[in-house]
Amino acid sequence: MSKMMTGAEMVVQALQDQGVTTLFGYPGGAVLPIYDALFHQKKVQHVLVRHEQGAAHAAEGYARSSGKVGCLLVTSGPGATNAVTGLTDALLDSIPIVCITGQVPTHLIGSDAFQEADTVGITRHCTKHNYLVRKIEDLPRILHEAFYIARSGRPGPVVIDIPKDVQFATGLYAPPKNSQHKTYQPQIKGDLAKIKQAIEMMAAAKKPIFYTGGGVINAGPLASTLLRELVAQTGFPVTSTLMGLGAYPASGKNWLGMLGMHGSYEANNAMHDCDLMICVGARFDDRITGRLDAFAPNSKKIHIDIDPSSINKNVQVDLAIVGDCAHVLDDMVRLWRAEGHTPDKKAHEIWWAQIDKWRARKSFGYKKSDQVIKPQYAIERLYELTKNRKTYITTEVGQHQMWAAQHYHFEEPNRWMTSGGLGTMGYGLPAAIGTQLAHPDALVVDIAGEASILMNIQELSTALQFRCPVKIFILNNEYMGMVRQWQELLHGGRYSSSYSEALPDFVKLAEAYGLKGIRCSDPAKLDDAIMEMIDCPTAVVFDCVVDKLENCLPMIPSGKAHNEMILPDADADMGSVIDEKGKMLV
Amino acid sequence: MNAPTPAAALSPYSSSNGKVSIETHTLSVLVDNEPGVLARVVGLFSGRGYNIESLTVAEVAHGQQLSRITIVTTGTPETIEQISHQLERIVPVHRVTDLTLLGGTVERELAMVKVKGKGENRMEAMRLADAFRARVIDASLESFIFELTGAPKKIDDFVELMRPIGLVEVSRTGVAAITRGPGAM
Repeated sequence: MSKMMTGAEMVVQALQDQGVTTLFGYPGGAVLPIYDALFHQKKVQHVLVRHEQGAAHAAEGYARSSGKVGCLLVTSGPGATNAVTGLTDALLDSIPIVCITGQVPTHLIGSDAFQEADTVGITRHCTKHNYLVRKIEDLPRILHEAFYIARSGRPGPVVIDIPKDVQFATGLYAPPKNSQHKTYQPQIKGDLAKIKQAIEMMAAAKKPIFYTGGGVINAGPLASTLLRELVAQTGFPVTSTLMGLGAYPASGKNWLGMLGMHGSYEANNAMHDCDLMICVGARFDDRITGRLDAFAPNSKKIHIDIDPSSINKNVQVDLAIVGDCAHVLDDMVRLWRAEGHTPDKKAHEIWWAQIDKWRARKSFGYKKSDQVIKPQYAIERLYELTKNRKTYITTEVGQHQMWAAQHYHFEEPNRWMTSGGLGTMGYGLPAAIGTQLAHPDALVVDIAGEASILMNIQELSTALQFRCPVKIFILNNEYMGMVRQWQELLHGGRYSSSYSEALPDFVKLAEAYGLKGIRCSDPAKLDDAIMEMIDCPTAVVFDCVVDKLENCLPMIPSGKAHNEMILPDADADMGSVIDEKGKMLV
Repeated sequence: MNAPTPAAALSPYSSSNGKVSIETHTLSVLVDNEPGVLARVVGLFSGRGYNIESLTVAEVAHGQQLSRITIVTTGTPETIEQISHQLERIVPVHRVTDLTLLGGTVERELAMVKVKGKGENRMEAMRLADAFRARVIDASLESFIFELTGAPKKIDDFVELMRPIGLVEVSRTGVAAITRGPGAM
């Protein structure tokens, strides 16, 4: 099926052959030939964003909600540099995206030509891999290889930088082959001897816990099914990182809630006191571990990860299993059953009794109000009114994101799109657009803050143009709430630059973009307003005016251990809980 | 409720147990010889704050476009294990071998040492060069350039001896290393 065609045609043909149906992008001088090739076909829909960062986040939202590779096309120079934040975000959260960038013609590279930037140099540290295509002969192989690398092993972003003369050049195109890459061959199957050892450790554990992460989501829906099966068989409690929410259902009886800095009291205390931790597809990030020298001090640790470099990076583990979560969990379920293991019932009863005591603290509780909308209440109501629909949630970054993680409950994987590793404000709206395009019939809600949403507000135009009925649910407290909270904690309540003065009128802003705006500040009217938002056929900007000074609790203060959480009902002076060493941390 | 704080004031996010043993290891990295591959390797070290004591690179299999990079690095055993794994993540990297962990390796470095002097100093330089089996590769009436091959320590020693005699400058290749015996990396 090899065929002669131009480089630009090869790009479009390769996208089609790789199954890409949605391409996010923004045209410019160095990608015009590719845009011309797109013009002549219908299989790949091009979604015009309003800023290249939006294209990258939209591709991420598309990828994370569908399990497919997200794809974007941007021009050279500023097009590429604008995409860098999105690429870095995808790297830290292991999201498979392919970013095609235009480049000045090869003979001009290095001459500081118009809109020239050293794209492969700039993106080397924020991609899993990148390519500068110097010859048309290399282009077909690189295009297919890029998709293979983006989706294989630990997924991640890949950049293909294509000079304009290569786009015009003619060469022989070959469709993708299922051949193995010569150097990149991630280990998929786990070592059976080690899995057997893990099963034995699990059978002997008295205070076990599953600590799961985004790797379970990345391994596909089967991994979530297998995790549920293993939890059911063993009866162990299970907690998850921010990235892993939905792998185990929030309604499951073994669910402890999210762990980490803003995780639940029961999850964090169970992590601290456990005697066996089974980490599945998570990476012992500093948001999770808190103070490392006091991290689960009396536990044995099993770590399942597809990336060998995640093992022993932050925390030394007792047993490491390199492999894809789905494959390893499959072997674990099989072996647990085959060897007829029964967990230590008596010890587990004591362990669960202890967990129930922690649960009874109700660490996600908050003071109710009928005067002002509490942000937690807003999320609770949003959850209650959307839980019976096919709902996808994206978020921006800050307090609202943590409240969403605490109070919105996920039953399925791939329903929760948030910027975890990089913490990118401005992620949620473009990610919601990407998610909506992957799931046209679903309800997609971006839970936002009034500060974050302004970082990529221009994408409202994209939502209008491509008829994406995304719902932007802004918890508006007029502060960069998490910054304000940390200033209260660390800097004596001196709110330096964290008050959002001169905010736009979000209702009028929505209307200016040709969309619907709704404002609500009365708790009694909140349900009706949310229903109005859900029922609206177009995109909606919902300005939910909430309590301005609410803090996001519970919280492990920086530099503290899992069992040193600040609880919502604690009377501690917020300004005195973090010591000098903790102040140095982020 | 608080876990005991280690005696040494370490970062609360540090996993180190307070006993820090810094080791020197030689890593051999087989890579595709393609543009930018060295930048990927070097960028990894700078980006993640690892040390490079020495680095050499050259193509070793022309037909297959393979280059071998030899890196001497220092760090705790955990850091060095992490460096190996991080290097393995780079797509054009075929193989990473920690030669120091393998034990029997031969390490060699080549140096060119320029020495300036007259009279007795000139004689002394020649005598020492003879003892170190250094070759003279350039000579003028008041200078020599010696070529010397050996383990880094031998070159260090030679350079130190030349210093009082009239050392002008040194150019060193960095370490190339290979395992002993019939096996390959």
